[in-house]
Amino acid sequence: MFVLVVGGGKVGYYLTKELVQSGHEVVLMEKDRNRASQIADEVGSIVVPHDGCEGKYLGEAGANRADIVAAVTGDDEDNLVICQMAKHHFDVPRTIARVNNPKNEELFRHLGVDELISPTRMVLGSIEQDIPVHELLHLGAIDSELQIIEAHLQAGSPAIGRSPSELAIPDGCSLFAVVRDGVATALRPDSLLAAGDKVIAIGGAECEAGLRDQLIGAAAEE
Amino acid sequence: MKIIIVGCGRVGAVLAEGLDAAGHEVIVVDLSTRAFDRLSGEFKGQAVRGDGTDEDTLRRAGAVGADVFLALTEGDNRNVMAAQVAVENLEIEKVVAKINDPVRAAAYAELGITTVCRTTMLSDSILAFLKHEPSGIPSVIAAVAPHHEHAASASAEGKA
Repeated sequence: MFVLVVGGGKVGYYLTKELVQSGHEVVLMEKDRNRASQIADEVGSIVVPHDGCEGKYLGEAGANRADIVAAVTGDDEDNLVICQMAKHHFDVPRTIARVNNPKNEELFRHLGVDELISPTRMVLGSIEQDIPVHELLHLGAIDSELQIIEAHLQAGSPAIGRSPSELAIPDGCSLFAVVRDGVATALRPDSLLAAGDKVIAIGGAECEAGLRDQLIGAAAEE
Repeated sequence: MKIIIVGCGRVGAVLAEGLDAAGHEVIVVDLSTRAFDRLSGEFKGQAVRGDGTDEDTLRRAGAVGADVFLALTEGDNRNVMAAQVAVENLEIEKVVAKINDPVRAAAYAELGITTVCRTTMLSDSILAFLKHEPSGIPSVIAAVAPHHEHAASASAEGKA
């Protein structure tokens, strides 16, 4: 496969190296001459020291026979133009753009870029994963399926004043301990739960909705 | 007419003042407030600091319902992106982008953006002055295939 990479920053540089290693034909365009020759010293003469936004140089770099054009510069508007030129002027079958501003994703997709890579969105996604949503907190993973989950019972939780045996705990999930006033005790089927308790459970991702239902309730949704 | 100008460089400022003096409602957008120093005290339009490729900024600046959108920053790609936001998301009918790379200018005309190319414009003027044959490439290329249906009515010049 012939891949034309535009932008020799960190992303473009590592991408080019990886692609070369996996045996693809690669050309990298980097408009900064110093940066271009620095990369060429390492990866060989597959670096074109020109601006990939210019139609002339894009053509010279072989855009018309590229299977994929990956626009990975640090500027969204450049990546958009590179992909549009590749697609409409050089008939490249697949275009990939790096999008830095998540707000641009919709526009780029609408304007015909085939695939979007958004570093901002990715980091945002993993941060949001770590923030407790409705008081369910992931304490750790036992394996790829099972998680240790903590539920912090607030006033209004349907579990308060009830015992685990009275709750409809989802299959495949088990409540095993409770932390009350800093003291951890094993949770028995008849232990009564109170506001402020931290209930520790083990279960898969598919149990979470049920757990939230039983331990957090609708009151905490707001 | 309501006219949005993105980029208050020399061309942007001259056009802003001229169109304002002719009685149009003009809004100029630029990333740098210093760029607005180019506008004289006579200018009665609005100068808005912000990113002209950003849809929210353009909406806040009042670009919704504009008749004309001119993307005239120093960056070809910024102009291309601003122009496409104007056509696709703000549904402005008459959109012009300054694109100095002749290949890109022609390509975007085919995508429905009217383009002005300073490169061919200047070189042709100089060739004409030297009594040589011009390049033959038009420096203003009207949009070929409108981006969306009602852009077609923009060619009915009358109401402008």
